[in-house]
Amino acid sequence: MCDTCGCSSGEGAVLRKPGSEGYHVHIGEDAAHQHHHHEHDGGHGHSHGHEHEHREARKVEVEQDVLLKNNLLAERNRGWFEARRVLALNFLSSPGSGKTTLLEKTIPMLAGEWPVAVVEGDQQTTNDAERIHALGVPVIQVNTGTGCHLDALMVQRAIRELDLKGRSLLCIENVGNLVCPAMFDLGEAARVVVISVTEGEDKPLKYPTMFHSADLCILNKTDLLPYVDFDVERCREYAMQVNHHLEWLEVSARSGEGLDRWKAWLTSRLEKI
Amino acid sequence: MHEMSIAISIVDAVADRVCQEGCTTVSSIELVVGRLSGVEVESLRFCFAAAAADTSAAGAELLIVEREAAGACEDCGAEFPIASYHACCPSCGRFRVRVTSGEELAVKSITIE
Repeated sequence: MCDTCGCSSGEGAVLRKPGSEGYHVHIGEDAAHQHHHHEHDGGHGHSHGHEHEHREARKVEVEQDVLLKNNLLAERNRGWFEARRVLALNFLSSPGSGKTTLLEKTIPMLAGEWPVAVVEGDQQTTNDAERIHALGVPVIQVNTGTGCHLDALMVQRAIRELDLKGRSLLCIENVGNLVCPAMFDLGEAARVVVISVTEGEDKPLKYPTMFHSADLCILNKTDLLPYVDFDVERCREYAMQVNHHLEWLEVSARSGEGLDRWKAWLTSRLEKI
Repeated sequence: MHEMSIAISIVDAVADRVCQEGCTTVSSIELVVGRLSGVEVESLRFCFAAAAADTSAAGAELLIVEREAAGACEDCGAEFPIASYHACCPSCGRFRVRVTSGEELAVKSITIE
């Protein structure tokens, strides 16, 4: 049961907004509900009364990509972003690599030049969205419940709730997980995978699908390099072996080291939209 | 555990087709799973049984056709089978491989009654 509105929708993802007490939107697979100050997907239920008698087994060729629905929705999102000239970036990492801190530093860095909005993905809590909200930019939290990744439907519903400006940056912070989110296209222009020097340098070899699908890898927490046994060159080499088109940046979101290059990367992308 | 999402997507795709065909029962589903598709077959089988319950795909047998992966070297052009995205060209020894197959994840056919 939903603990905010008491409805029976216990499964599926929920959108929440910091500073808007009670606001939440359930994202139903095929049916959802609507109450007071929040809205829901208009679900549809249909039944077909098939009375035919089909006793003989027959084989039907389907030849359909399993993720077709997600991929089609992702393409709709991509078209929506392109039409509004929004640069959508999908941020991926394991939990604790510093994605939210990186966004906290990125937003003020672009202030006055490029509008930024954020979609935060986590299983539970609005903690990350609260941190972004404190910076005064539009943010929406997607709580995936038991889900381990964001999908295109969640993003489609989330961006409807955001007042996205034209020629702006949308940062989609995926659920902290280096496995599952790799499979789900959200409609992003680029994937940014973040790793930190407190993790193993063999992360790209352990999670090759994620690194293969990424466009940019950011190595974060470089200020901690003197205190940890992390071989930056080896990590970079592993990442390039898995994806030789991968771009690479080294930053410390905490100290600010390398953030100028990150800003240059963002600006060059934003100027092209 | 994205296999549950994958299993639900399979059940949805199958249910749509079953509805179009005017049938109610699916006895088997042929699924092509590439070696690099990112899906754990055993985990998917487990999730599928749960996802298919109370749908037209309930009780259907999941026939999994596993596909090997292949790549081509972007430097020397050699083509060869690969086991992961961390693939070395056997011809020139470089890690600059473009994946040419093995990422498939598709419902190939269904058998309906």
